[in-house]
Amino acid sequence: MVERRPSLAVLAHLVLALGVAIVAFPIYLTFVASTHTAQEIVQAPMPLLPGPHLVENYTAALTGTGEGAGSNAPVGRMMMVSLVSALVITFGKIAISLLSAFAVVYFRFPLRELCFWAIFVTLMLPVEVRIGPTYKVVSDLGMLNSYAGLTVPLIASATATFLFRQFFLTVPDELVEAARIDGAGPMRFFRDVLLPLSKTSIAALFVIQFIYGWNQYLWPLLVTTSEDMYPVVIGIKRMIAGGDAAVGWNLVMATAILAMLPPAIVVVLMQKWFVKGLVDTEK
Amino acid sequence: MEKRVRFRSRWLPWALLAPQLAIIGVFFFWPASQALLQSLQQQDPFGMSTEWVGLENFRVLFADESYLESFQTTAVFSLLVAGFGIAISLLLAVFADRVARGAMFYKTLLIWPYAVAPAVAGVLWVFMFSPGVGVVAWALREVGWDWNHLLDAREAMALIVMAAVWKQISYNFLFFLAGLQSIPKSLIEAAAIDGAGPWRRFWSVQFPMLSPTTFFLLVINIVYAFFDTFAIVDAATQGGPGKATAILVYKVYYDGFKALDLGGSAAQSVVLMVIVIALTVVQFRFVEKKVQY
Repeated sequence: MVERRPSLAVLAHLVLALGVAIVAFPIYLTFVASTHTAQEIVQAPMPLLPGPHLVENYTAALTGTGEGAGSNAPVGRMMMVSLVSALVITFGKIAISLLSAFAVVYFRFPLRELCFWAIFVTLMLPVEVRIGPTYKVVSDLGMLNSYAGLTVPLIASATATFLFRQFFLTVPDELVEAARIDGAGPMRFFRDVLLPLSKTSIAALFVIQFIYGWNQYLWPLLVTTSEDMYPVVIGIKRMIAGGDAAVGWNLVMATAILAMLPPAIVVVLMQKWFVKGLVDTEK
Repeated sequence: MEKRVRFRSRWLPWALLAPQLAIIGVFFFWPASQALLQSLQQQDPFGMSTEWVGLENFRVLFADESYLESFQTTAVFSLLVAGFGIAISLLLAVFADRVARGAMFYKTLLIWPYAVAPAVAGVLWVFMFSPGVGVVAWALREVGWDWNHLLDAREAMALIVMAAVWKQISYNFLFFLAGLQSIPKSLIEAAAIDGAGPWRRFWSVQFPMLSPTTFFLLVINIVYAFFDTFAIVDAATQGGPGKATAILVYKVYYDGFKALDLGGSAAQSVVLMVIVIALTVVQFRFVEKKVQY
């Protein structure tokens, strides 16, 4: 701090507290709504303090025994679908990218540059701009309403490949030489030297990609039509489809809290790697 | 930068690249080429017949009032999201950089909206502003503002902008805070010795030093508003009322999957690809500059 100005320090805390309050207010309201009955919420203004119906609302949401006019599929099942897809996408991306970055950095072969650019170009083709034809491919392959359809098209990732490539380029050449002198082949070097060195990058990517996978919306919306394959994010949207008054807002809000928990926990617990992941993937 | 020491193998690199190449081949290049092809064709909704129409789809597209309106909607939306998102998070980051104690505490409390799914963010904001049950809508009515985003186009736009900005603040905040903390303390001290107060120091030292970060965030936020906000729009307004919040990505989805206009939707996809490529080029130009900076 350059100088002491108590008035400025107070202002800083005030502004930050206000910022935190505004950021947190929607979540607080969601939590409050998830602890009341549907009738209490519909009477404007809804109560602003938590009510006594927490346990029964969350049980009703998880088992799908609510009475809203929209979809009433069990949220427990949806959380499973979301979790499995998010983990498959995350680990799939990390595995595929590690391998291809290793190939691009540590081998010389014909068409190496071309392969690299082919991966690079996919950065420019997010799912949103090619939904029609990609949907057709997936449906022709019979992958609608399956984990394969939910995950495989999202697994290819130029960002992760780049991150690992950048990192591998900083690994000292002496390590390869030492490994070669000790008689280690490329895969042995990859497993025993490169993988342990990449731990931090892998952790950082895990946070970013888990959130990415968990929060997918447009793609699952297209490839899932049966209720038992909906990720929870889609499930919430379908619960409010019944029109304003008929919605069981208490259960919708309980579901929203449940849907937010896993990624929020990952971000807060792995905050250090989360920040590193954000900064690294945007380089 | 290249490696000096390499492994030698004829087949191994291909085996390592195979999964990545297979996936991008099947799910990226094939569909993208199909989109290009379809954008030059006209198909009936049942897929019974296909004919070549050249650039007809694009001509129809750019003659279509509603598409041009969608362009305008997207431009307004992304400028509002980028503008408010950057201004608010810069303000918070500047103050978080100032406080001696508790910076970490505020940081933790500000970053987690990043983890909230866009669709969930849309639902939360609809819940707060819903004319029937929303507590904010109720509060607004108490002060004489009859909020109804289901009828009023401007209010619908305001709603999705608020939801989108709310979700993006944490991201911008982290980058601004990192940028501020990397400015050498000696510069700020020198300015203070020369008699510059906090206000003057911000505009003459910190803000110019932050310009690479600001520009980078501007591009990222525009990309975000263009492509990652589909879920917010679909959850909050479904493009309505009328077509007031139908941004380009929403229109591609709607025309292709609800209205079954495949050629038109493919042409829109191609236009979007051109926009992404342009934005990516801008971004990489900037990355090169940052390295020299």
